[in-house]
Amino acid sequence: MEILTQIRALVAPLDRANVDTDAIIPKQFLKSIKRTGFGPNLFDAWRYLDHGEPGMDCSTRRLDPDFVLNASRYQGAQILLARDNFGCGSSREHAPWALLDAGFRVIIAPSFADIFYNNCFKNGILPITLPAHVVDELFSETTATEGYTLDVDLEARTITKPDDSRISFDIDEFRRHCLLNGLDDIALTLQHVDEIRAYETRRRAEAPWLFPESAS
Amino acid sequence: MAGKTLYDKIWDAHRVRQDPDGTTLLYIDRHLVHEVTSPQAFEGLRVAGRAPWRIDANLAVPDHNVPTQDRAQGIADPISRLQVETLDGNCVDFGITEFAMNDVRQGIVHVIGPEQGATLPGMTVVCGDSHTSTHGALGALAFGIGTSEVEHVLATQCLIQKKAKNMRVRVDGTLPPRVSGKDVILAVIGEIGTAGGTGHTIEFAGSVIRDLSLEARMTVCNMTIEAGARAGLVAVDDKTIDYVRGRPYAPQGDLWEQAVTAWRKLRSDPDAIFDREIVLDAATIRPQVSWGTSPEMVAAVDGVVPDPAQEADPVKRSGIEQALAYMDLRPHTAITDIRPNKIFIGSCTNSRIEDLRAAADVVRGQRIAESIDLAMVVPGSGLVKQQAEHEGLDRVFTDAGFEWREPGCSMCLAMNADRLEPGERCASTSNRNFEGRQGQGGRTHLVSPAMAAAAAVAGHFVDITAL
Repeated sequence: MEILTQIRALVAPLDRANVDTDAIIPKQFLKSIKRTGFGPNLFDAWRYLDHGEPGMDCSTRRLDPDFVLNASRYQGAQILLARDNFGCGSSREHAPWALLDAGFRVIIAPSFADIFYNNCFKNGILPITLPAHVVDELFSETTATEGYTLDVDLEARTITKPDDSRISFDIDEFRRHCLLNGLDDIALTLQHVDEIRAYETRRRAEAPWLFPESAS
Repeated sequence: MAGKTLYDKIWDAHRVRQDPDGTTLLYIDRHLVHEVTSPQAFEGLRVAGRAPWRIDANLAVPDHNVPTQDRAQGIADPISRLQVETLDGNCVDFGITEFAMNDVRQGIVHVIGPEQGATLPGMTVVCGDSHTSTHGALGALAFGIGTSEVEHVLATQCLIQKKAKNMRVRVDGTLPPRVSGKDVILAVIGEIGTAGGTGHTIEFAGSVIRDLSLEARMTVCNMTIEAGARAGLVAVDDKTIDYVRGRPYAPQGDLWEQAVTAWRKLRSDPDAIFDREIVLDAATIRPQVSWGTSPEMVAAVDGVVPDPAQEADPVKRSGIEQALAYMDLRPHTAITDIRPNKIFIGSCTNSRIEDLRAAADVVRGQRIAESIDLAMVVPGSGLVKQQAEHEGLDRVFTDAGFEWREPGCSMCLAMNADRLEPGERCASTSNRNFEGRQGQGGRTHLVSPAMAAAAAVAGHFVDITAL
């Protein structure tokens, strides 16, 4: 997983509540057996005028000029500004894979759906929850100012605006630690092999029906 | 000290270790696997040279990509075929039990888990699929995970989790006739919103939940995720135990007796404290129909499409406007004036035998309306299909003009060939009415099986409580 410590980047606003993972990456692209290459199909149904299918050359497809993320001023954005309940619906990790592949490393919203929120951290994306009125302000400032950038510092848990004012954000300490160090969860868990084995022994005695192979 | 909730009890029984900040290593008893969210996880194991921790805890089935007709021809779409073949290959390589496409036990992963007794009360159950919440109906702690976590469970039999808060939804009273579990959960989501349960595990309780069958409880728990909660739970009672008894993966003999004794304790203590509680009066729940592009956008069948002008919150107002534009609906339209041209009865929400019986009861001896271009029934598993055929339900449906298909996820999310065309309108027993969910440009109205069947016959939504 790619480390994330501090990032200063262009902000793109997606002013819509309840953006679901079907919208982030439509189902036809979930047929891939890879983790990469989803970026061109991020928000596919909103982004392009035609119907997208796997294998199409997206560089020749017609973009919908009304979709905000297609505006030239937001190209290269790495911070996505979103509304309530971002990432609701399906558990597909293809959603954060697509966002990451399209260059997004930070998502700011008043609230996130739980599974999506969790999936972000597994992929080096930082989801930041801020109060609705703060997000409202960021929306106004982003749309009013071309080239609006934010400086996100995970180490300090702060967002610095272009006028140097600061917003602090809360984040789970364990998740922050993993993101800052690019840690692999599985390797961390496997440090506790003995505890897992001990649990299994204890549990097998308590609830043997859960271990049918050893119980029979 | 206050008592424990059912969630507290299952959580505590599965805690391998806990850090001071609450980060917990949680043991997973059952891991269900399907073809869409697992290939990258198996690949991750291979790259790292890791083996599955406990092979017998895994059970795999292809469901999202499988065709629902002409199965002897195989899967026409080469990309879908590769994904299913990749699952087959991974299960062989890693020694995991799989009910492959032509196995009679194949079906939607959330239908076959309980059906096989692979999901048991008190278990922790996970799957790379958000509708894993379904299994909570058996008193199991069940939730959806992403692919990184699929790999984590395969490699360690554990997940790194933080405990959610406790929420209880009580539905008291008695449901009006023909109002189903689907209507209950849609009404709950309409009440609390799609983020209403975020950060919580919801226990469903009250006389209505007690009166529901296990299958109806599965429908309720299935859509808990549409209320924002990863897991829904129902306490174990006699119905739970009767449901599990004799299933292929259920314990037998002495182990069964021992298990039942433990399962009887799987209920919240009377003095347990919930962080949040919602109470609904069953008598007020009418058959529900979704009119928008989020499951919280629902109305009673005798209601109307809302007017965005009456919504004060600007974000919500624009959400309603966008939804009505996408759905091609006008404010104040009576729900019963909405005319679907396609009918889908199926999905992990509503494809079990009771769902098919409820729909068959409505269409028996009738014909689908002229205006219906396609009405299809997709049983949840090969065994559900077999049972339905044994009861003659397939004939009831085909005589009425429905198509009778092979089991799978089908048009719930349209990863296989079953999908809506742009502008088509579907009465669907599935769980999500998101834009494009059933096919790009397709419009979904979420309803119960009986409501979908009645719409097929009438050509528009009808109040089944008035039939």
